[in-house]
Amino acid sequence: MRINCPHCGQRDRREFYYMGDAVAITRPAADAGPDAWDDYLHNRDNPAGDTRDLWYHEAGCGAWIVVARNTLSHAVHGATLAQKAAS
Amino acid sequence: MGYSGFQIIKEGLFGQKGWKPLWRDPAPKPRYDAIIIGGGGHGLATAYYLAREHGLTNIAVLEKGHIGGGNIGRNTTIVRANYFLPGNQEFYSHSLKLWERMEQDLNYNVMHSQRGLINLFHSDGQRDAFVRRGNAMINQGDDAILLDREGVRSHLPYLDFDNARFPIYGGLYHPRGGTARHDAVAWGYARGADQRGVDLIQNCEVTGIDIENGVVTGVQTTRGPIRARKVGIVTAGRSGQVAAMAGMRLPIESHVLQAFVTEGLKPVIDHVVSFGMGHFYISQSDKGGLVFGGDLDFYASYAARGNLPMAEHVMEAAMTLMPMIGKARVLRSWGGIMDMTPDGSPIIDTTPTKGLFIDCGWCYGGFKAVPASGFAFAHLMATGQPHATAAKFRLDRFRTGVGLMDEEGTGSQHNLH
Repeated sequence: MRINCPHCGQRDRREFYYMGDAVAITRPAADAGPDAWDDYLHNRDNPAGDTRDLWYHEAGCGAWIVVARNTLSHAVHGATLAQKAAS
Repeated sequence: MGYSGFQIIKEGLFGQKGWKPLWRDPAPKPRYDAIIIGGGGHGLATAYYLAREHGLTNIAVLEKGHIGGGNIGRNTTIVRANYFLPGNQEFYSHSLKLWERMEQDLNYNVMHSQRGLINLFHSDGQRDAFVRRGNAMINQGDDAILLDREGVRSHLPYLDFDNARFPIYGGLYHPRGGTARHDAVAWGYARGADQRGVDLIQNCEVTGIDIENGVVTGVQTTRGPIRARKVGIVTAGRSGQVAAMAGMRLPIESHVLQAFVTEGLKPVIDHVVSFGMGHFYISQSDKGGLVFGGDLDFYASYAARGNLPMAEHVMEAAMTLMPMIGKARVLRSWGGIMDMTPDGSPIIDTTPTKGLFIDCGWCYGGFKAVPASGFAFAHLMATGQPHATAAKFRLDRFRTGVGLMDEEGTGSQHNLH
């Protein structure tokens, strides 16, 4: 599996640390309440098909990136900087 | 139907044409007292114990594929009770006791082989951790023996004891641990449930869960609607999709776990052995293949196959620990779809919908849990109360933070287990 880092291009999966669903970049407000925080931290759509997840280019440029990927085929469709995806 | 030596020779001589199916192939009835979604190991065990322990026989198991075609057929067949934390401990201890009498209960040979499990350690710190784990296992009433280096050598003379990087300091020996024939477990429970009147309905995918005013009333399937006042979801690997039909989002992310098997060899590995400094564990099947696996690939996946980096890691660990297997040829590899929870422990609980129950989140430990999970889930479905051995497997422990069971001590977060 290769991931297309926006800074570095196609790189081996081993250069990246997997964080989880890209829900991680949409942090709720501090006073959003326990249910919102439970959803953010634990509950997942966990799709069988296209998904967006958050990876860290640990052994490369150090960027956090949002990767569009398919969980059934392992195909990687694209990647954007988490900084841009979040804004 | 018997499986005597005489019967096997006779069938061998006459073209194996005399064997009968082990269970019926019924059409779904319009209504049952209870429905179990998922005909894997856990679902079949649930049906069996509902019938045997609670006298509920007007029940159906709905399976979208065929019996035994999911994770019960895609694991590494290890059976053990060497857990450390309250919650997991009493549950897996109960499970091992059920394993020990399963063949008599089911009158079916599941080839349960208590050949002993040895977890190796490679440093003083690791030894301390295993001493503590072993004491916890003994306190629970299970067996654990601390082996020093020479003790390990007497069991496993073939290891690379003086590996420059990871020398072997000793091991924690769990004599009652071992393996079983995974398919036979599914078949034995299926036959046992069928004999008690349970309808096992294959090629029947659930497409919707009917809920009226917060109460479950039945399910929609590819073979028509079926009514029931109790529905149990036992679909680890696809839990999220089924739970979504009832409007639930689960604290689960699906991951792939790879395993490998070599060509058949003469008996060479007598135990189940795990390496302490890399993810690698191994046993030898009765057919002769070396069955071994490693860690998750660590990204969400339903592909039922993994990628090469983890395969490489597993092979490297194997060669570090037991170079003698280097000439064995890998026959095939496969991946199971793991319901990973944030803390790495399972869920057996009620849901916000009355009459709807869920058994999921088995992470990479579902096989050994089959009998106790079925036993506890049947108890929950029949009585509405959790069984004492599974009372801590609560769905709300992530939201409240109370009662998390993080066996690895890495934190309650999706990407850490």
